[in-house]
Amino acid sequence: MESKHKHITPYRHYAVVLVVLLFLTAVTVIAAFANIGAWGIGLALLIASVKVFLVLYYFMHLKVENSIFAIFTGLVFLMMAITVVITFFDYLYR
Amino acid sequence: MENHSAHSEHRDDEGSRLGMWVFLFTEMILFFGLFLVYAVFRAKHADDFHIAAQQFNVIIGAINTIILLISSATVAMSITAIQLNDRVKAIRLLWITIGLALIFLVNKYFEWGGKIDHMLYPGSDLVTSLKQGQILFFGLYYFMTGLHALHIVIGVTLLAYIASQVKKGKVNANDHVLLENGGLYWHLVDLIWIFLFPLLYLIT
Repeated sequence: MESKHKHITPYRHYAVVLVVLLFLTAVTVIAAFANIGAWGIGLALLIASVKVFLVLYYFMHLKVENSIFAIFTGLVFLMMAITVVITFFDYLYR
Repeated sequence: MENHSAHSEHRDDEGSRLGMWVFLFTEMILFFGLFLVYAVFRAKHADDFHIAAQQFNVIIGAINTIILLISSATVAMSITAIQLNDRVKAIRLLWITIGLALIFLVNKYFEWGGKIDHMLYPGSDLVTSLKQGQILFFGLYYFMTGLHALHIVIGVTLLAYIASQVKKGKVNANDHVLLENGGLYWHLVDLIWIFLFPLLYLIT
């Protein structure tokens, strides 16, 4: 996808993604001050995951890269998720 | 499909980026290990983590988050600039990124300094007198933010080097994989902070 007819992301696209990221940051902070209790950390992590996706997909160009990049990245995150699950099974039911 | 026929030199930009990604995976897993330690201790010492995290200033954390997000966007834009053959703009955007990174580090300096002034550092008499969970929280705070700050310093050095290569014309519209890989590294620093921020500052 590189080369003469390569994909050039317009500046505006990055600006839009940045605005969304800043908005999500604001939501996280407001939610933290609103003190919504046990849901707070879940919401914060959910928003963080969305932000991470946006950075990976747009800023790090997974959108336009060969799909093997996204597959590898997905596998790494899957491996991390499995590790979390196994670790917590161990801690909670030991 | 990097081997465009227009060039006689052997270059594989896609392979180069893939190599960078593999390195970034190892970095992600490095920080993931710390996040896992954090998650387990937080599950075991939820109240202590709650109390210890109240020492942290959400506003400073949020400002640093905003700084890193903007710097991530500027480094991404510098790639667009170089692709459009606008070297001056690419260099300017890189220096903006570096400037933002330095502001981040200054904030971090004041934050750590404030904590240390209040005797909140690993091994201090005050911290060792706290409960186990709070000791762990402060230990993790210093280690995770310290390792992250080290990555910022490395990233700044790398981006400054790349800016000099853009200036020399070695990184140009035709050959800019170095800038792309430097950008990827910088985005990783941002990714890690996106998780650090809620976990360290917002868990109260």
